[in-house]
Amino acid sequence: MTTPPLLAFDQLRAGYAEPVVGPLSFQLRAGEVVGLAGPNGSGKSTVFNVLTGSARRFAGRIHRLDGAGIACQAQTPYQGGELPLRGDELFRIMGSDPKVLPQALSVLLPRRLDRLSGGQRQSLVVWSALGHPGAIVLLDEPTNNLDAQGRALLIEGLQHLAPHRAALVISHDDAFLDQVCHRAVHLTPDGAPQPEAA
Amino acid sequence: MDLLFDPLFRLPFFAGLVAATVAAVIGLYLRLRAEWLAALGFAHVAGAGGVAGLLLGATPLLAALGASALAVAVKGALQRTGNDVYAWLILFGWATMMVGASFSHHAKMLGDTLLEGQLYFAGPPELWATLAVAGATALLLPLLSRRLLRQRLFPGHDAANGLRAWPVTVGFDLLAAATIAVSALVMGVMAAFALVFMPAWVAFGVAGGWRRAVAWTAGLAGGVYTGAYVAAMAADLPFAPVLVGLAALLAPLRLLRRFQAGAA
Repeated sequence: MTTPPLLAFDQLRAGYAEPVVGPLSFQLRAGEVVGLAGPNGSGKSTVFNVLTGSARRFAGRIHRLDGAGIACQAQTPYQGGELPLRGDELFRIMGSDPKVLPQALSVLLPRRLDRLSGGQRQSLVVWSALGHPGAIVLLDEPTNNLDAQGRALLIEGLQHLAPHRAALVISHDDAFLDQVCHRAVHLTPDGAPQPEAA
Repeated sequence: MDLLFDPLFRLPFFAGLVAATVAAVIGLYLRLRAEWLAALGFAHVAGAGGVAGLLLGATPLLAALGASALAVAVKGALQRTGNDVYAWLILFGWATMMVGASFSHHAKMLGDTLLEGQLYFAGPPELWATLAVAGATALLLPLLSRRLLRQRLFPGHDAANGLRAWPVTVGFDLLAAATIAVSALVMGVMAAFALVFMPAWVAFGVAGGWRRAVAWTAGLAGGVYTGAYVAAMAADLPFAPVLVGLAALLAPLRLLRRFQAGAA
């Protein structure tokens, strides 16, 4: 018996003043990592934004499995301005378990976010989303600013995502998507989909 | 110096101490939201409301709180964050307060009180109002804190999980407006602004985490307030300017960050 998808997009057209992406139809099932790829301006983040209520759904449907929580990592919400917040406090406000952090990153937990490098900060933000108990993980450009080690750790983390969870990874980094995704939806510059296997 | 221990001054001292501490902690969250100008915005609107209330025969304290709540409603309706709304509130509130104050002697006295601060004349109504906002802050801020931080660092996360943003935003704005209105009525507009801005500014620079930043702001505000109270009494100086001056002198504490960075 096929399990119902955690998240399903059915002929979704979304945008702001007018549609910028779609019609999109794809599903996210437990155990899957699905990529959403495309050039800048193709509407990748608009799909993320329509889920968070900051973009408008013009047509189609989005169905989320009842009770499936979502962990959201938005693209660069915090650029490193002065902020007295420690890494472990970041995990606490997200309700995340810091034990998910690889050893190499856990040393960052007692440090203030604004005193970390951009890549270290990005790692903590992404991993705090991965540590959230929600079944659906939404990551928007998670490799921004990551160095080779941070990128490798994230690839390993996504490859070992718990089987009851699924991730939608939005990225313009095709090589990264190739390594972590079971399949990917590629968008053209005008926001139309070109589905293909990862 | 004998005045310092006069029972008559205990009530104003206590009312001001509570208001100062709460205003500073609220200031920390306003800084988080890049809305530190809120102190001047809400204080001027409260002043305008107080003056208007006096002219209309209402209790100035209640009218000031009502005007602040109205400002929160306007800000909520505009769905704007940041300092620009507060800049407009400063201009509108100041103009309304000054024009209103020109209509009667009592209104002018109230306007002067708000601008200069009259802590020593704080009475039971001011004390109860202060305790009410302190109680509401102690009860609600721990509930709002995580959501306010999450709005800053994980925008969209709560909305994606079906949690509405407006109860948090409006709830915090109401707390901030009431705290600042009461602080301005007790200590004056500029003293309230100094307490909202300076301790949080220092804490943002030097505190080792968010909980420590809350402790830094409360401690600095309590220290500056008590120092100003004692200094003003001992030297027979006006309280509000002494407090603002001492608060401004906190600025060098931000240099501690350099030592921390050097030690790290």
